[in-house]
Amino acid sequence: MSEQAQTEQELKPITLVEAVTQALAYALKNDPEVVVFGQDIGANGGVFRATDGLQKTFGADRVLDTPLAETMIAGIAVGMATQGLRPVAEFQFMGFIYPGLDHILSHAARMRNRTRGRLSCPIVYRAPYGGGIHAPEHHSESTEALFAHIPGLRVVVPSSPARAYGLLLAAIADPDPVLFLEPKRIYRAAKQPVPDNGEALPLDAAFVLREGTDLTLIAWGASVRETLAAAEQLASEGIEAEVIDPATLKPLDIHSIIDSLEKTRRCVVVHEAARFAGLGAEIAAQIQEYAFDLLDAPVQRVTGYDTVMPYYQLENTYLPGVERILAGARAALGYSREGER
Amino acid sequence: MHKPRLQLQASFDIARLQFLDKQGQATQPLPDFATPEWLTYCLRQMQLARLVDDRAVKLQRTGRLGTYPSTLGQEAIGVATGNALMAEDIYCPYYRETGAFLERGVLIEEILANWGGDERGQNFQHAPRDLPICVPIATQMLHAAGVAFALKYRHQQSNQPLQVAVASSGEGATSKGDFYEAMNLAGVWKLPMVFVVNNNQWAISVPRNAQTATQTIAQKAIAAGIPALQVDGNDIVAVAWAVRDAMQRARSGDGPALIEALSYRLCDHTTADDASRYRSAEELEQAWQWEPIKRLDTYLRAQDLWSDAKQQDMERELAQIMESALNNWESRTPEPATAIFDHLYAQLPAAFYEQYDQLRDEQVGAERE
Repeated sequence: MSEQAQTEQELKPITLVEAVTQALAYALKNDPEVVVFGQDIGANGGVFRATDGLQKTFGADRVLDTPLAETMIAGIAVGMATQGLRPVAEFQFMGFIYPGLDHILSHAARMRNRTRGRLSCPIVYRAPYGGGIHAPEHHSESTEALFAHIPGLRVVVPSSPARAYGLLLAAIADPDPVLFLEPKRIYRAAKQPVPDNGEALPLDAAFVLREGTDLTLIAWGASVRETLAAAEQLASEGIEAEVIDPATLKPLDIHSIIDSLEKTRRCVVVHEAARFAGLGAEIAAQIQEYAFDLLDAPVQRVTGYDTVMPYYQLENTYLPGVERILAGARAALGYSREGER
Repeated sequence: MHKPRLQLQASFDIARLQFLDKQGQATQPLPDFATPEWLTYCLRQMQLARLVDDRAVKLQRTGRLGTYPSTLGQEAIGVATGNALMAEDIYCPYYRETGAFLERGVLIEEILANWGGDERGQNFQHAPRDLPICVPIATQMLHAAGVAFALKYRHQQSNQPLQVAVASSGEGATSKGDFYEAMNLAGVWKLPMVFVVNNNQWAISVPRNAQTATQTIAQKAIAAGIPALQVDGNDIVAVAWAVRDAMQRARSGDGPALIEALSYRLCDHTTADDASRYRSAEELEQAWQWEPIKRLDTYLRAQDLWSDAKQQDMERELAQIMESALNNWESRTPEPATAIFDHLYAQLPAAFYEQYDQLRDEQVGAERE
């Protein structure tokens, strides 16, 4: 048995949130310019424990509890980054990120451009996002589309422990600002061994999670779980769905999606966020721009409703589950043009 | 009704500093740094700032420049602040700062380029780490707090001398949450940072007394545990003393301070504004009586340090500087249209290639026609 294989075998499987911690620890250990800060991230290790133990290991001058002010958290990251630090800022929940939006949109995302390259903002803004954990109001939204609209920003969402580790390291190493959204519903849903080797995954590149020839299912974050489950159900019926996780939502790797459509010619986009002007709309628009002739059916969107995210008693009604994804898939599969019937 | 007995927990006061009064008379001995050379240099820099502002406003009026914010009447604040920084300190400005920009080595042609719609104006050649001109109100104060953290971090990690971040703003900005959040953090993290607030009495059309119920702007710092001083902002010696003192304090590791510099906006908010809609001609005329350049000029002449001949020589010199900067600005080659993509990210992601190519091809086509 090779040494590497042995190490892999001994590797304890870890959850997505533990993979986040592992990536932060790796970055802190290997890059003295990295500083990590946010609310309750020190001794408490963050409300989801994503920074568990980091302050103890790396000290309170590199892993800092801030006062309770989200605008401040977003704003100081801009100043730090312009002077060469690599700030990794945590928002406790995505629902509390909006006071910081001014700094993300008006400053972090455009500092490089407005100074013509003189200053830059290599910042990672981390935030747990999405529904499904029976949290109070404002704790469950998925508003990634708001941020994907911002020029100069990257929006990255992992959907497994390995991708959380590799994509977070890539985000920290990236010379530009990244909004790193962590799907908290699957923070502890599955475990896998993740070697702590510092290997970053590529940003701006989609991941093909399951190969298939009959249908393309596109999903990110926590929805990947239900989407893969739907693909298994379809497989049991003899339909092979390809599942693609874009992972980097901005900039979007549309080419991997088009490549898939060359095979499947039918597509469903799944997201938790509200449908109107959600990323499903952008993906569908790009598909028809680049691959109209490939399509055998309109692109289906399986999404949250265009309503306020409900309190938790109804959140599972709101979130797209396996049945709704299957219904979308069947609509795409069953569609045929007039005259072709 | 019975009044319960209360126990005093804390009390505070706010002081004002002045060296030269409205008539240009010294109200107390000037500090050592205020040598004849320094004072005449300040007179020159304030006049240069006024000249740049005057020419910029005229360029806007003749359609050659976009919206421009003049610093007319507030030149002492910018010049004294910019002059107090060391090269390695970091300046985090708002937009009404011509005098400070000149002190930081920002080129006049860069100032003109910025307000002339060209981002290269923010690529300060001689102030490479200073933050760009910040237009949204008060956001620069939080950036400055982050800069101050970085400076302190470097000092702690590598033992290099502690440098200082200086944030400037108007008094209107002190109504915003960013201001309070920045002060709060600077106080509790003891950041090497100085807040300089130009209280020029007007935030576009809203007067100081409609902006806040506090007696002074300076006292807002007390809530964050930060020392604060109010100064006569049209007395360049007072502004310089206060900023230097605050910077020395910050440089020694004693944390942040705030300076409220009292002045008056003799100009419109910007060239897009007409202040006669909301303030009286009488108020404006009164305010002209205590503007900073006349005051220092009067003082220097009384000390036999300035004369008509010296003034004429200087005006000639400044006019040449201005002409040369105008020529440099006007002879700049325009950026290609594709420059809008060049600094969007460190490396343009593949997802943008199509738009980039489309724009480039449109430009090539337009040039052919």
